[in-house]
Amino acid sequence: MPDPVLHLSRFSRRFHGPGSPPVLDALDLIVPAGEFVALLGRSGSGKTTLLRTLAGLDPVTDGKAVLPERRAVVFQEPRLLPWKPVWRNVALGLPGPSAAARDRALAALAEVELSHRAEAWPLTLSGGEAQRAGLARALVREPDLLLLDEPFASLDALTRLRMQSLVGELWQAHRPAVLLVTHDVEEALLLADRVLVLAEGRLAEDLAVGVPRPRRRAAPGFDALRLRLLATLGVDEDGHDATARAA
Amino acid sequence: MAAPPLSHPSIPAPGGRSPWSFRMSGQSLAGAAPLGDAPSRFRLFPRRLGAARRFVAPVVLVLLWQLAAQAGLVSTRLLASPAAIATAAWQLIASGELAYHLAVSLRRVAIGLAIALGFAVPLGLLAGLSRLGEDLVDATLQMLRALPFLALVPLLILWLGIGEATKIALVALGAAFPIYLTLFGGIRGVDPKLLEAGRVFGLSRAGLIRHIVLPGALPQALVGLRYALGTAWLSLVVGEQINATAGIGYLVMDAREFLRTDIILVGLLVYALLGLGADQLVRFIEKAALAWRPSVLGER
Repeated sequence: MPDPVLHLSRFSRRFHGPGSPPVLDALDLIVPAGEFVALLGRSGSGKTTLLRTLAGLDPVTDGKAVLPERRAVVFQEPRLLPWKPVWRNVALGLPGPSAAARDRALAALAEVELSHRAEAWPLTLSGGEAQRAGLARALVREPDLLLLDEPFASLDALTRLRMQSLVGELWQAHRPAVLLVTHDVEEALLLADRVLVLAEGRLAEDLAVGVPRPRRRAAPGFDALRLRLLATLGVDEDGHDATARAA
Repeated sequence: MAAPPLSHPSIPAPGGRSPWSFRMSGQSLAGAAPLGDAPSRFRLFPRRLGAARRFVAPVVLVLLWQLAAQAGLVSTRLLASPAAIATAAWQLIASGELAYHLAVSLRRVAIGLAIALGFAVPLGLLAGLSRLGEDLVDATLQMLRALPFLALVPLLILWLGIGEATKIALVALGAAFPIYLTLFGGIRGVDPKLLEAGRVFGLSRAGLIRHIVLPGALPQALVGLRYALGTAWLSLVVGEQINATAGIGYLVMDAREFLRTDIILVGLLVYALLGLGADQLVRFIEKAALAWRPSVLGER
């Protein structure tokens, strides 16, 4: 197994000081270099909290976290600076001379098929284009750990399918470790090597996805994994709340 | 309740016919062409005059004013006729008087605005960018702001005399608060999600300020600048009534002594044009600096 890029041990996080119920409860997680991990969980299960810590937005106060130096995030909303043209957004914060940064930004935009919009203002982009610009901004940093925070959630269904395959291709080409936070079980199974389910601050499931790539929804074994994950999330096949019915 | 379109045909039309059958028969008798032409025949001003139509009413008003003055309906001692105003304006321009007084007034506004910017921008940045700065600066300025600055005129006269300094100080006071308030508000209103993104992508504090906070606060600050220009003119009008020996305000006050309503009205016109010009200037700056905004993009 390659060296882990991400190693959490007994990592906890509380919002209201010691004694309050933990959002993340003594979490252990190891992600090897180049692995694509999907993180599922109901709303309020602590997914975003975990991602914020991994992104460096929240400090590690309780437990231990070993994180790679080079990390990048794609947010749910594009979060592009509207007053900078697309390529400058991609180049934002890159070290070194600006000409070199521009070349790198343009190369990253070419990879997400957005070269023709490099000089455009972000507010003129479509939702899919803006998310691709966000992806380029993350890729240009050549991250060892790429954090994707529900990056397809606000896209329409067709754009989402294209973005999912684009992310799959870019991951194959660059092989960063990926942590994809999502609500979508099928998306997780299409893209990830491993699917985690977070519930009440702990990992309720850690499932290796053995389905060979490229994946199809009709592949043998796909549906069984899907049902199992849905069950862990507390939803049955028809979308009913399984936990509520059991109670 | 029944919807109006349903109840409408049930209202009996005169002669027992429904309005619908009446209109249909009228159309079939008269033919489509005359009916279609009818509205344009009665149109007072052709549509192709476009924007010019908007000037029709003011022009008519001015003409009526002129006629009323010539007919003696309006005392020219109280209100000069448009022709007299135009003549007075031409004389003031030709003699160079207007240019001289305009230059004096513009100089007061320019210096006052520069002083206002010199104080308000650093204070706005200080209060906006640091909590300590906010505590030190903001409460004090908010208290001062509650004071109508024109009420300071007596104090300013005592402190600075009745010369240029008081007039410039008034302009500076009036313009400083809008600039400070909008800059402070603009900085605090910057989207925290963008700041988070900036932090994730490795911007230092200085980088965050330069790339995110200041550009994000700029639209608001420019609104403040426009507002400041408005109050600057207002302060100028007040300031120039205090023992002035030059300036558009002096021109007006001096004309009052001699009952020259034509010159007074020229002065008012100049004030109005200056206000318009200042507004256009800020619009121009906005267009250049905020090219990324959809509203500006839409104008192209």
